[in-house]
Amino acid sequence: MDKAIKKYFPLFALPTLAAFTIGFIIPFIMGIYLSFCKFTTITDAKIIGFSNYTKIFGDETFVHALWYTVLFTIVSVLLINFFAFVIAMLLTKGIRGTNVFRTIFFMPNLIGGIVLGYIWQLIFNGILAHWDITLMYHEKYGFWGLVILMCWQQVGYMMIIYIAGIQNIPGDLIEAAKIDGATSWQVLTKVTLPMVMPSITVCTFLTLTNGFKLYDQNMALTAGEPAKMSQLLALNIYDTFYGRNGWEGVGQAKAVVFFIIVAVIAVTQNYLTRSKEVQQ
Amino acid sequence: MKKKLVSLMLVVSMAGALLAGCGGDDDKDANKGGNNTPGTENNGGSDDQQTAGSGKVYYLNFKPEQADAWVDLAAAYTAETGVQVDVVTAASGTYEEQLKSEMAKSDAPTLFQVNGPVGLATWKDYCYDMSGSEVYGQLKSDEFALKDGSSVLGIAYVIETYGLIYNKTALEAYCGMDNAVVSSIDEINNFETLKAVADDIQARASELADASGFPIEAAFTSAGMDSSSDWRFKTHLANLPIYYEYEADGIGSTEAIKGTFLDNYKNIWDLYTTDATCAGSMLSGKTGDDAVAEFGLGQAVFYQNGTWAYGDITNAGILTDDDLGMMPIYIGAAGEENQGLCTGSENYWCVNKNASEDDIQATLDFLNWVVTSDTGRDSLANTMGFVTPFKAFDDGYTAANPFIEDDNEYIAAGKIPVKWCFTTMPSEAWKDGVGSALTAYAAGTGSWDDVVTAFVDGWATEYAAANE
Repeated sequence: MDKAIKKYFPLFALPTLAAFTIGFIIPFIMGIYLSFCKFTTITDAKIIGFSNYTKIFGDETFVHALWYTVLFTIVSVLLINFFAFVIAMLLTKGIRGTNVFRTIFFMPNLIGGIVLGYIWQLIFNGILAHWDITLMYHEKYGFWGLVILMCWQQVGYMMIIYIAGIQNIPGDLIEAAKIDGATSWQVLTKVTLPMVMPSITVCTFLTLTNGFKLYDQNMALTAGEPAKMSQLLALNIYDTFYGRNGWEGVGQAKAVVFFIIVAVIAVTQNYLTRSKEVQQ
Repeated sequence: MKKKLVSLMLVVSMAGALLAGCGGDDDKDANKGGNNTPGTENNGGSDDQQTAGSGKVYYLNFKPEQADAWVDLAAAYTAETGVQVDVVTAASGTYEEQLKSEMAKSDAPTLFQVNGPVGLATWKDYCYDMSGSEVYGQLKSDEFALKDGSSVLGIAYVIETYGLIYNKTALEAYCGMDNAVVSSIDEINNFETLKAVADDIQARASELADASGFPIEAAFTSAGMDSSSDWRFKTHLANLPIYYEYEADGIGSTEAIKGTFLDNYKNIWDLYTTDATCAGSMLSGKTGDDAVAEFGLGQAVFYQNGTWAYGDITNAGILTDDDLGMMPIYIGAAGEENQGLCTGSENYWCVNKNASEDDIQATLDFLNWVVTSDTGRDSLANTMGFVTPFKAFDDGYTAANPFIEDDNEYIAAGKIPVKWCFTTMPSEAWKDGVGSALTAYAAGTGSWDDVVTAFVDGWATEYAAANE
């Protein structure tokens, strides 16, 4: 079998590799090239050097979007993982109807971001109307609106990953801890948590990158209002590229910076949490 | 042996899937051509046409109100001539985005639109010189063409008018009420009177509801600042202070606006947001549809919009032609008693220079057909309701709706139409800045000074950025 795999490897890998090259590598290289250009459509680019990059940090909306995104990511990563883990713990205790609960908690994840954004916008605006304001009244409403939306959408997904992790813990390990007189808090922190560390790695990675890359929900919920104050990075980049004539290259340069930031953070996070994983 | 067979089958199925995938794409492309040209079958199939080199037309349309009408018109042209015409309409507010990505494709639009001199500055490298074309020859005057030197890059195809749409029946009922500020609608010919009337209607809404039979709640519809509606204020309303400043200074565009008439802008914006159906803090979530609904159902008397809104308003099924009227937007500038409605165009046809010669010719032929054939003229004037600047429309193809009639009356009465100076606004980012500041001011989270800053300082920086 190994031999067969080796033999046919190029053939099997070819479609994926081709798709990956067309869909990712080529656009990526083109994107980097375009970030040094001035252009209206991507086919008529002229190289102008680094001036797109110098414009980025003179753009207040980008700096604002950057810390707004960082703040949003921190809050959403913490809340989503906390709730997901708590629910996963509750739903591995063998409560009646566990499967029904799991299914229901997972379901929001099946709805697309744009749809969710518009639905939650209606809900939030309906609630805020009691105080005669809307979601776009101040950036803080947009922020918490987005946090609630993302928790609602992603907790179920992360919960599934945690449930899988928790169920993988050998029962005798917990039994042994209990026989040794560990309290349930000690079981949680000394046995369960270290054992689900791989799940934590995956979940933090997913929520972290999701938080940074978030676009649809942001677009549908507030579209960056008021005055671009609730724009996350991805929306800011899109807005620069399409919303400002003559700034297409700057948008592209922002995208390159954005890529570097996300890559650095994701790799660091992966390294940090992986180093805490234990062997069974 | 068995394993080998299995892996071989896997490989075959995989390669098959790959080929099927490619094949599927081809089929789709072929279908696309066929679907969009229902008439070509009768004329010998699309293949003949391609080899005949007659070219095809791809129109990226700006006006969503007329999306279906354009598709019908294109189908009619295809049925008549066999030339393929695709019409795609960008969703409201996304035209520039869509144009930018479509123009980068190999099958780029052959016909697209710019919104005026500022839009042309971005796209002029893509615009074909139409100075020798028949459709240019049809233009009544050069003022409807966008020129760069002697070359004609854009041709306006619709002249539009906006102002303050009002519920005539309700307003007449108001005039007949005891202690009404005015006794006839004609008396409203300046900002002071307009404000007095609006304030009075706002205060006596329920009284007016009884008198008029409409469920009147307020004088003005909600001045929604959602992207579906904010252009009514950050662009169209902002045109008035710019127009008066240009007139005072005797200029047609500027690199730095002074904001001489911003106090007037504040007055009219205050009026819109105070005498309205909702609180100022709610505006950021109000959409264009909200305003149409409020006006169409008779909840508000005034609604700022243009001739293009006629269809939307009457679709609600409550207001009829007799209920509708349009008056100038008065902002309190000197001599505004003689001010007419705001008339101009921000819809210019441009032909893509980079398209193949056949396609360019096909596009020009299509345009000529649209403005001279009976079918084309009928569609533009009667179905789409456009007032056009083309000569061929003079024999019997004039659009008619109450707003256009009002406009004609104002012109006949010697009122001076307000020019569309907003086509000289430096960039979309400038409009967004003013719009956000207006929203914040109405909500109470920002001050009027922010609007002034966005308007005056924003103009200078955006102009510099756009022209560097």
